[in-house]
Amino acid sequence: MTSVMTRPSHALVAHPLRCASCGRSHEAAPAHVCPDCLGPLEPVYDPARALPDRTELAARPRSLWRYREWLPFTGRPVRCLHAGWTPLIDAPRLASALGVSRCLVKHDAGSFPSLSFKDRVVATALNAAQAFGLTVVGCASTGNLANALAAAAAREGLEAWIFIPHDLEPAKVAATAVFRPRLIRVRGTYDDANRLCAQVADRFGWGIVNVNLRAYYGEGSKTAAFEIAEQLGWRLPDAVVAPMAGGSLVTKLARGFGEFLDARLVHGVPPRLYGAQAEGCAPIVGLVERGDDTLIPVKPATIAKSLAIGTPADGLSAARLIRSSGGWAAAVNDVEIVEGIRLLAETTGIFGETAAGVTVAAARALARSGRLSPDDEVVLCITGNGLKTTDAVSDCLALPEPINPRLSEVAAIVAHQAQSTPL
Amino acid sequence: MPTVNLPSVLTPLANGLHTLDAVGSTVGEAIDDVARRFPSLSPRLRDEHGAPYPFVTIYLNDEDIRFIGGFGAPVQPSDELSVVPAVAGG
Repeated sequence: MTSVMTRPSHALVAHPLRCASCGRSHEAAPAHVCPDCLGPLEPVYDPARALPDRTELAARPRSLWRYREWLPFTGRPVRCLHAGWTPLIDAPRLASALGVSRCLVKHDAGSFPSLSFKDRVVATALNAAQAFGLTVVGCASTGNLANALAAAAAREGLEAWIFIPHDLEPAKVAATAVFRPRLIRVRGTYDDANRLCAQVADRFGWGIVNVNLRAYYGEGSKTAAFEIAEQLGWRLPDAVVAPMAGGSLVTKLARGFGEFLDARLVHGVPPRLYGAQAEGCAPIVGLVERGDDTLIPVKPATIAKSLAIGTPADGLSAARLIRSSGGWAAAVNDVEIVEGIRLLAETTGIFGETAAGVTVAAARALARSGRLSPDDEVVLCITGNGLKTTDAVSDCLALPEPINPRLSEVAAIVAHQAQSTPL
Repeated sequence: MPTVNLPSVLTPLANGLHTLDAVGSTVGEAIDDVARRFPSLSPRLRDEHGAPYPFVTIYLNDEDIRFIGGFGAPVQPSDELSVVPAVAGG
């Protein structure tokens, strides 16, 4: 695998935009809502553009930019060239525990550089910032995006303003502050920080990646779907389970699988999409279960802080796509989240953060309720690393008393274990 | 009297003003007062059924009005209402 990539000097141009609600077209711009109806803007792709085939794609460098024809730029990217291409790992012991035919883990918990799937969206957002000549960037974050943006901005030499709730996990705060961004800790929830960030973007004109660069930022998430399809040998799984905070990941997974079907790179039916939330913040699960179009905002109360968005911007879209795919959604409580983290660790060797615990526990609940079938091949999107949320599990892990460095003491432990767990 | 802050995307509908004074003792009354004075702004504040326009969120000071009674929430003369595009974050 190539470890050094050069920076081509071609000018990078962002795609024009179109309103997903009213359909009106707009010039490429650091803007996230339609000036006419305030609906969400999305990049427009030329349907006649040349697309690579499987052979050409497979020969490209192993980063998310191998799928550049499906990302919203003309010209070659210049920033975050190493993001993406995380492993898709077979998890037979987890499949057995869940009661499904096959389980695979999309391991974005090992993403470069910041150990979460947010490296994908930051990659496209910072290339949009480059295209628009923006040198100050920012975000509102529940932690992982803060880590990803701070890391990428440090590498690229950009000024980054990062707004986080005051009570984030210490590891996520440290893994942001170490890059020396302008870190703003907001007394309030993520939703408070997000509202403030929207006002900041409006006032100062900075490139706030999940506000006015959001149309370009979100496209990065599609690459998880592209990678899953390619890593499965150019085919689609039966089902995908993903955590939901704002709901964007689910919508972009659906878009990504659909675009690969349209391009005839894969065949068959799109996967059923399943969304996972914590009971203490489950507005999208509520939408899926009720089947209506009225999002009821909540005040989050969960250990899964990376999913603690009480007013999810893509909640309605995510719920509709989940239902139309034939999937479903599930919410799990904090005890189940910790069980999910431990089940993932003990069966796959992967330490996921609290959102991973939500995903695994929700998959277990969905399998038990029959929403996932015993015949299903299921991909779990593990989006963040457990080293960021060790507090969630440290209290329930019984650590042994230290021993003296004597063989006899080890022998005593072995003998005790043999007695307590006879073969 | 309470003030209503608008995002830049809506200021063309309010003679270019970012901040408007409003008359009313509830959020709904203050919003309706602004809507009467700037009719083209009205459909970006309430939908055709009178409910909050779905692509904006309205805050009373720092609180999303959906948590405090919506348009029926009382406002004081010193309060600030902020209209913010809803599609953000995540």
